[in-house]
Amino acid sequence: MSSCSGGDGKAAVDRRGVLQAAGAFAGTVLAPGVTLYAFGGGDAQARPVDEPASAKQRWGMLIDLNKCSSGCTACVTACKDYNGLKSTGRPEIDAQWIRKVSLKDPNTGVVRSAPVMCQHCASPPCVDVCPTGASMKRADGIVLVDKHICIGCRYCMMACPFKARSFIHEEETDQKVNNPSGKGTVEGCTLCVDRVDAGQNPACVDACAKEGGALVFGDLNDPESEISKAMRAQPSARLRADLELDQGIHYVNLK
Amino acid sequence: MRALRTLFAALLFLTGVAGGASAWAEDAAGRTPEPHPAHGKGEHCVADTAFMRRNHMLMMYAHRTEVLHEGVRTPQFNISGCVNCHAVKGDDGKPVSFASEKHFCRSCHSYAAVQIDCFECHNSKPQETGKAAAAENGGEDAAKLAAFLRENKK
Repeated sequence: MSSCSGGDGKAAVDRRGVLQAAGAFAGTVLAPGVTLYAFGGGDAQARPVDEPASAKQRWGMLIDLNKCSSGCTACVTACKDYNGLKSTGRPEIDAQWIRKVSLKDPNTGVVRSAPVMCQHCASPPCVDVCPTGASMKRADGIVLVDKHICIGCRYCMMACPFKARSFIHEEETDQKVNNPSGKGTVEGCTLCVDRVDAGQNPACVDACAKEGGALVFGDLNDPESEISKAMRAQPSARLRADLELDQGIHYVNLK
Repeated sequence: MRALRTLFAALLFLTGVAGGASAWAEDAAGRTPEPHPAHGKGEHCVADTAFMRRNHMLMMYAHRTEVLHEGVRTPQFNISGCVNCHAVKGDDGKPVSFASEKHFCRSCHSYAAVQIDCFECHNSKPQETGKAAAAENGGEDAAKLAAFLRENKK
């Protein structure tokens, strides 16, 4: 919600709290389904804890590369902090859920810096190849790994065109509650699924709002959401669109 | 004379019994002691103790699928709730991890020789952000929970 405003975190929380309260009030008065749109732009409202994620929502992100500076790694740092991704001392095996990638046009030599993470495809190749069903897509479009049944075969890592997943090579200790993580399983960006379920933005989006405000998170199915409005206002593209994976992550000014 | 002999026999018998009993007591001491896991915080667990002993693994098994695949995040059977309520403090006054024999889960699982993999990924120590799964309604009745488990087994 606050992703483009650049306002301080406290104000954003207050506004969110008010919106949630408003949503609850509307829920008691209006018919179900009306609540989502009743107070305008409620793209990140908290779902009741006992209600499953539904296909009514399709969570996505819009990344404006004109607002993303090459030296900034706020999103990467926020992701590591929130999800407890620790350095093993060997950078080549560290888990990376989001990374800053330099894109160079070979004709013009123009270089752009882009954050790349799990693209949360509607037709995810990682889910197609998983032999155990650990790699899966939630009803609202978030692609996750069920580490309880992941056997660490890493087929998903090979199938992913975006190198979005990481294998955990070493034993982990003192994991975060929101990201249980252990040796021998694969993991990747969850869009901070616990925050999304609580009506908040992913950690990278909130961090970016304080820097360039390049990341907008929201419900692609809701025509009134900030992300839908932004996508109508300007042309956007997806990485490797030729693969027709229908990703949830969209880019503006990619070329 | 006869009374003296009876007394002597009675003494012998008693000595034998006492000796046997002490030998038995030594046997018991040599066995693995029964676990006495520390009580959790609050009045109740999310269900009766007897029900929890038998079914906690099924409840957690059903819950993990609900959370991950469906996004249902009811706090009741959340592993962080278990860990927060049943934290056992070590000699340094801080909660112990699963690496310690004193850990709530470990005390029984070592005794029963049942290996659990939960703490290869989950944190075995209470976290600040974790919510305790205290039974707000004073513990649900077992029949309701059994129905929940049946439904989730399908």
